[in-house]
Amino acid sequence: MAYAAAAPHKSMTLGEAGSAIAFAALALLSIIIAAKAYTPEYAFHAYLFAAGSVAAVFAIVNRYYERPAELPPLTIDGKPNYNMGPVKFGTIASVFWGIAGFTIGLLIALQLAFPALNFDTAWLSFGRMRPLHTSAVIFAFGGNVLIASSFYVVQRTCRARLVGDLTPWFVVLGYNFFIVIAGTGYLLGITQGKEYAEPEWYADLWLTVVWVAYFLVFLGTIMRRKEQHIYVANWFYIAFILTIAVLHLGNNATIPVSIFSPKSYIVWSGVQDALVQWWYGHNAVGFFLTAGFLAIMYYFIPKRAERPVYSYRLSIIHFWALIFLYIWAGPHHLHYTALPDWAQTLGMTFSIMLWMPSWGGMINGLMTLSGAWDKLRTDPVLRMMVVSVAFYGMSTFEGPLMSVKAVNSLSHYTDWTIGHVHSGALGWVAYISFGALYCLVPWLWNKERLYSMKAVSWHFWISTLGIVLYISSMWVAGILQGLMWRAYTALGFLEYSFIETVEAMHPFYVIRALGGALFVAGSLIMAWNVWKTITAGEDVREQLPQATQPVLVAAE
Amino acid sequence: MSLWSRHKIFETNSIVLVIGVLIVIAIGGLVEIVPLFYLKSTIEKVEGIRPYTPLELAGRNIYVREGCYNCHSQMVRPLRDEVERYGHYSLAAESMYDRPFQWGSKRTGPDLARLGNKYSDDWHRDHLKDPRALVPGSIMPSYPWLEQNELDLTKITQDMKVQATLGVPYTPDMIEKAASDVLTQASADDPNSVDLAKRYPKAQSRTFGGNPRKVTEADALIAYLQMLGTQVDFKLYDNKANVR
Repeated sequence: MAYAAAAPHKSMTLGEAGSAIAFAALALLSIIIAAKAYTPEYAFHAYLFAAGSVAAVFAIVNRYYERPAELPPLTIDGKPNYNMGPVKFGTIASVFWGIAGFTIGLLIALQLAFPALNFDTAWLSFGRMRPLHTSAVIFAFGGNVLIASSFYVVQRTCRARLVGDLTPWFVVLGYNFFIVIAGTGYLLGITQGKEYAEPEWYADLWLTVVWVAYFLVFLGTIMRRKEQHIYVANWFYIAFILTIAVLHLGNNATIPVSIFSPKSYIVWSGVQDALVQWWYGHNAVGFFLTAGFLAIMYYFIPKRAERPVYSYRLSIIHFWALIFLYIWAGPHHLHYTALPDWAQTLGMTFSIMLWMPSWGGMINGLMTLSGAWDKLRTDPVLRMMVVSVAFYGMSTFEGPLMSVKAVNSLSHYTDWTIGHVHSGALGWVAYISFGALYCLVPWLWNKERLYSMKAVSWHFWISTLGIVLYISSMWVAGILQGLMWRAYTALGFLEYSFIETVEAMHPFYVIRALGGALFVAGSLIMAWNVWKTITAGEDVREQLPQATQPVLVAAE
Repeated sequence: MSLWSRHKIFETNSIVLVIGVLIVIAIGGLVEIVPLFYLKSTIEKVEGIRPYTPLELAGRNIYVREGCYNCHSQMVRPLRDEVERYGHYSLAAESMYDRPFQWGSKRTGPDLARLGNKYSDDWHRDHLKDPRALVPGSIMPSYPWLEQNELDLTKITQDMKVQATLGVPYTPDMIEKAASDVLTQASADDPNSVDLAKRYPKAQSRTFGGNPRKVTEADALIAYLQMLGTQVDFKLYDNKANVR
């Protein structure tokens, strides 16, 4: 057919026509909901959905008119024709949301030191800003890094173009639309009141659709691969995508009060809801913030160090052990609560066992540097990624330690937990992300190198200092607080009133905020560097042959 | 062929990998969560636990909306200092009607599981408006808008209907009287308060915020805070009765 006519007949694909109709219907539905919404806040969200849907219809139709009759080919001259547009979008979005999330974190850190910064204003108050911070850093920053890097890695390691024409764009844009709905919702008081799962039912439904599309694009691309073996990074990405889908559905099983109401009630209650929540919550850590970012480690560190992954067998063992054991660890968030003891004990036992596969991953990442350790001196990007793996090792040792009931009785409810989370979040997740972004930007925009390696070095040292201030102040604060709560006088009375333990935290909250400010400063340096690389970086001079894939010896 | 080479099936077949991952991640969750729904020892049998009154439920929803759980737990652990500081350790039964549960994970402020009847309504009203006026070292945000916002009564019936669908024992009578029950509970000498206390034992009726002209969000929140942890009479509670 293609040879029959000089100008092939141009027609809408089924996907284009179907999506345009679906978005038009969604726009109509949103307008109806907006008109009958119970609260103005919900009406605002319905209008956002309507505006987003109309924009989507326009974009789809406009794109159709602008595009050539033929869809982009899968290969050009025998080489895969990679689809990097959505990856570029996700990369830029990561930098943007990272700065936004870190800055809100700095604000709420300052609010705890200086409560006047709540400004007696509903949407600025700590209770609404804190979920904004956690969602912005985990789901907006981390999520965009994961989606962008996974779309990059799956294409390169499978030597295949992403499946779908509109769908990859739907995934990145739809995901970021979810972020906007979730974030504005918290500020307006729309929340489920479950940590890290605050978005209400309609945002959850939207995310479910986006996530299914994400899974299909990812799996479809793997099925299209030209390599016989699925590269190890992709195992981790698959585990991350699948498990997050299961967790999301389980923990957000709610019944809305009405389609015109933002409010819903969860089908689980009390103690069951608590364990479902922390099954979700802990595995958001295990699969979103660990498995997904281990996938990044398994592609970007070997690639940057130009060394093969240290051990193929270790990667098999630690992959299966990690995903099996993590799921059990949730109850350690509920030690000494009304959750039955048998569940607490199981949670603690598996949390301790989890130490081993975690360190298996760390060893596999660090030892990949074998024979290339000298690069730590010359390449600050690699240094950042290696330090991130070291932080991963540290916080995955601290986690099992804190899951021991005796330790947990002291550490739980204190700022020690906050410090622990941030050694993982800032040290591990953010650093491996920064490393991946620093790798991706020159690759995606065809630049010879980053605009300034010196700026990467500054970013590294400033934010490392920030992390050290953050976690050490929180260690001291948390242990001090826990000890003050349980301190008794010689006469057998509790020694401190609660407010005295709050007042004792002040200096540490100030130091923590200082650490956070340094971390924000580092991320601004990165944003400048990324911007300069894209706009003023030196273009790649000639088309070099494809860089070699990270080598992982396959099974015999 | 060594055992290692068997792994090839996961590496070369994406559907097998997907199914393998799903099976491996399903086990832990199933073993830990499913028994909680049928083991009778999970939730103790105690006297006095009742669903929230419509006013308390509205107050609880404000507690959730403002994100109080970010700084306050509602879970007293069975540790000596906690029992002495807050009161009897929390029972699973005490949160059996909580959707969502609000046990919390951080105590930037104190635990609230046994807050009810510890402070006066006036104290709560002033404290919500300006915490530092009463507790100089407090770092809690001020919530001045709560006593300005009138409570929205129009949808409370629907909230209760959904809860009833989920298994909360709200009778059709309770649902029908929801809006009037809110007004009854939030006024000082309403004769219907006797009836209300029959439907919801121990329900406290009075003008929680002190403004008799309108029912505000502060009233609802204070009504909720004042009932926290007061349902079970621990003088009568036998912690051996539930040992099976």
